[in-house]
Amino acid sequence: MEYQFSLEIIYLIASVTYILGLKMLGNPESARRGNLIAAGGMAIAILGTIFLYKGEIPTLIYSLIGIAILLGTVVGWLIAKKVAMTKMPELVSLFNGMGGASAALIGLIEFHHYNGETLSIITILAGIIIGSISFSGSMIAWAKLNGTINKPFRFPKYNLINNLIFIALILFTAYIAWSGSSSQLYLYILFFGALAYGVLFVLPIGGADMPVVISLLNSFTGLAAALGGFLYGNMVMLTGGILVGSAGTILTFAMCNAMNRSLVNVIFGGFGDTDLTAEEGSSTIKGSIKKASVSDVAILMNYSQRVIIVPGYGLAVAQAQHAIHELEQLLEKKGIEVKYAIHPVAGRMPGHMNVLLAETSVEYEKLAEMEDVNPEFANTDVVLVVGANDVVNPAAHNDPASPIYGMPILDVENAKQIIINKRSMKPGYAGIENELFFNQKTSMLFGDAKAIIQSLISELKGM
Amino acid sequence: MTELLDFISNNLQMIYIVILMIFVGVEVIGHVPAVLHTPLMSGANAIHGVVVIGAILVMLGSEPDNILALSLGFVAVLLGTLNVIGGFVVTDRMLEMFKKKK
Repeated sequence: MEYQFSLEIIYLIASVTYILGLKMLGNPESARRGNLIAAGGMAIAILGTIFLYKGEIPTLIYSLIGIAILLGTVVGWLIAKKVAMTKMPELVSLFNGMGGASAALIGLIEFHHYNGETLSIITILAGIIIGSISFSGSMIAWAKLNGTINKPFRFPKYNLINNLIFIALILFTAYIAWSGSSSQLYLYILFFGALAYGVLFVLPIGGADMPVVISLLNSFTGLAAALGGFLYGNMVMLTGGILVGSAGTILTFAMCNAMNRSLVNVIFGGFGDTDLTAEEGSSTIKGSIKKASVSDVAILMNYSQRVIIVPGYGLAVAQAQHAIHELEQLLEKKGIEVKYAIHPVAGRMPGHMNVLLAETSVEYEKLAEMEDVNPEFANTDVVLVVGANDVVNPAAHNDPASPIYGMPILDVENAKQIIINKRSMKPGYAGIENELFFNQKTSMLFGDAKAIIQSLISELKGM
Repeated sequence: MTELLDFISNNLQMIYIVILMIFVGVEVIGHVPAVLHTPLMSGANAIHGVVVIGAILVMLGSEPDNILALSLGFVAVLLGTLNVIGGFVVTDRMLEMFKKKK
């Protein structure tokens, strides 16, 4: 395909904005500008493609493209603006799936234009497979984070079946490519086969690992876009796609590291054998829990000097981020030192909790990362754990049989008093018991995070 | 085998780009604080929306009477645009909050 010189220059500029944008996204100071720069690069690349295209284009096609872009812009904008901050991970997954589907559809249309050119056909088929897996996988990840599908779902021998399907997809691709077949039937069998594989691939993976899966599928979509670029000799698709493919892969590993898991373990291991460990866990943990009332906790906090708050996903679900900020300000006014201890995977995605607390304008300095805050627990009077569970589970340190053994955690057990706010005794996302709840120093404060914190605030105000 | 060698020599430039871009991607992400992982993933997510350009090219190259290609292309452009716009707007929304803290 021939391109005009001016369009090539635009593509070059756009490619540079993607690199620059991603680089700037890695620094809190420049992140927002980085995103806007990449968006600007994308805008000129898209407009350039439409208006600098060589050749006569019927008005019908121009109008259709215009309508599709307009519709996508309005709907995308509205969804992105309306959805609550707690739902961000789902949203990223949803948009990722859209990109994957787009890549797969391109392949479906282009297939018979390249009949007989083996390598182009392989590129197209690979784009269809990767795009489809990314689409159906992202939709399952979206449903899981959304709570629509709330349990890992495993067929017997699911690993074996999944691997067989994957091998079958590759062999079938090879067959179509080298037989030079132009059969539409084969093409659609491959398409639906890849869609099914995406579903089966994500279904057995536990909800806690969804961020890793989304990150992985994100790099898949990048790869699918790059394959499109290879096919058309389109540089901006190639650079953008490969950049995301490689950056996404590194990000996936970084997330696995934060949870002390290997990628292989995430994909093939499932998360422990959830039912089994839950049963074993409850039998090994002895002792009883201690309940506290709101006024007990208020008194305790009122007479302490250092308080650390450990926010978890429960806080986000209860929409209690504003209430917790108010509590923090109230305590500070009473001369009590308050900090937030943020576990790298608190919430549903690395950095998710920071985003939520930033929304309520909590000061940046108050958000302490795990490594910095862990030595401080020993001289902390009260730790308030709100809706977090697995990230404070000491089993990660001292129970080699636990599925989370080895995961870095917040060492809240070193604090003088531990208050845990939860709705019930239900285990956390990993589905395992937490011996911290049975600790002598621990008091349980049951109830909805928002309601509990609000009554804590009014008790404290009266003191 | 000769086909593969031909392919490599014909596309040498693109192969260079692929290899160099892989390294750029790795370098760029290298030392990002965990705090920014979510916005970064969301930003990268928006960038692969560049696939929409492929969808536009498909439509520009279609015959006006090929209903199937046009409808699939229409959906592809629509979904690709959703990816681009949604991705960038969501990332901006997340980062807007980081800024307020100063």
